Amino acid sequence: MSLDTPTLRALVAAAAEQVVASTAELTALDQAIGDGDHGANMKRGFEAVLSKLDMIVAQPPGEAIKMVGKTLVMTVGGASGPLYGSFFMAIGDAIARGRRLPEDLADVFASGVDAVSARGRSQAGEKTMLDVLVPVLASLRTEPGRSDLAQRIRVVASEAVERTAPMRATKGRAAFLGDRSIGHIDPGARSSCILVHAICNTLEALS
Amino acid sequence: MSETVSIVIVSHSHDIAKGTADMVRQMVGSEVRVAFCGGNPDGGLGTNLPRIIDAIDTVWSPKGVAILVDLGGAETNSEMAVEMLPPERRETVVVCNAPIVEGAVMAATEAAGGSPLEKVRAVAEELSAS
Repeated sequence: MSLDTPTLRALVAAAAEQVVASTAELTALDQAIGDGDHGANMKRGFEAVLSKLDMIVAQPPGEAIKMVGKTLVMTVGGASGPLYGSFFMAIGDAIARGRRLPEDLADVFASGVDAVSARGRSQAGEKTMLDVLVPVLASLRTEPGRSDLAQRIRVVASEAVERTAPMRATKGRAAFLGDRSIGHIDPGARSSCILVHAICNTLEALS
Repeated sequence: MSETVSIVIVSHSHDIAKGTADMVRQMVGSEVRVAFCGGNPDGGLGTNLPRIIDAIDTVWSPKGVAILVDLGGAETNSEMAVEMLPPERRETVVVCNAPIVEGAVMAATEAAGGSPLEKVRAVAEELSAS
């Protein structure tokens, strides 16, 4: 895997299109334990990414991914804007600073996870997107050489989303619900899973 | 007119942001500059980062800017907005951990007396239970 322009375009487009296609699902999940705007917010942000896809992929890979992040920050309009924005900006920054793919994939991904953790002042176990991103990072660290890595990561992400259901939210709007947040999967964990699946599917299709 | 710390109010709701700014102006007067923003980029409930940056720029003061926010996304977006300011301005803009209406009124009252940013922030944050 090298991040040449066609690969980058395919990855960004697939991630954005999958999020946009999942608007209704994310809205329904967020109506259960949040304020119901996660679907619409993510749709607005990733549609903005799609609308400037040509400009984005004309940049070197690190700058391109930073631009994805900045676009989300400026357009999402909810807490997920700075959270996903920081995620992509940190990943882009790691690549721009010379991290190489695929060798440094786990470290690059870790930069994004750390940025989300810092921005949200949150850790895994608090019913957030980190409950998907952290297990995915763990797999990238421990199983980097697997020939079926993409397939494996998809399973890890999907299982991680389900594990947010019994968690009690302590961050974000769902924290106001306390125990009533238990029994619902987290919308942010789900949107992270959708992004991870889109990336894995695209890499498999290209390989 | 001597400079005071300015106030920026960031709510998910345009009406709450405007109402809070109205209360500050009525209770504190016009010597403290107040800007507000509320609503997402489509005009619904939410926050809008470019508008937060505009609000900070509108009332920019060399003595600093105190931002009062309501719920999570307003805080996260305000923190992000501060980080996106030019480096020389970043240090003099703070997001207060305080209730939005009471915090804005208390911060503006303190600012009107010419207090420095840290004092303005401390007075607002005394209102928080935590």
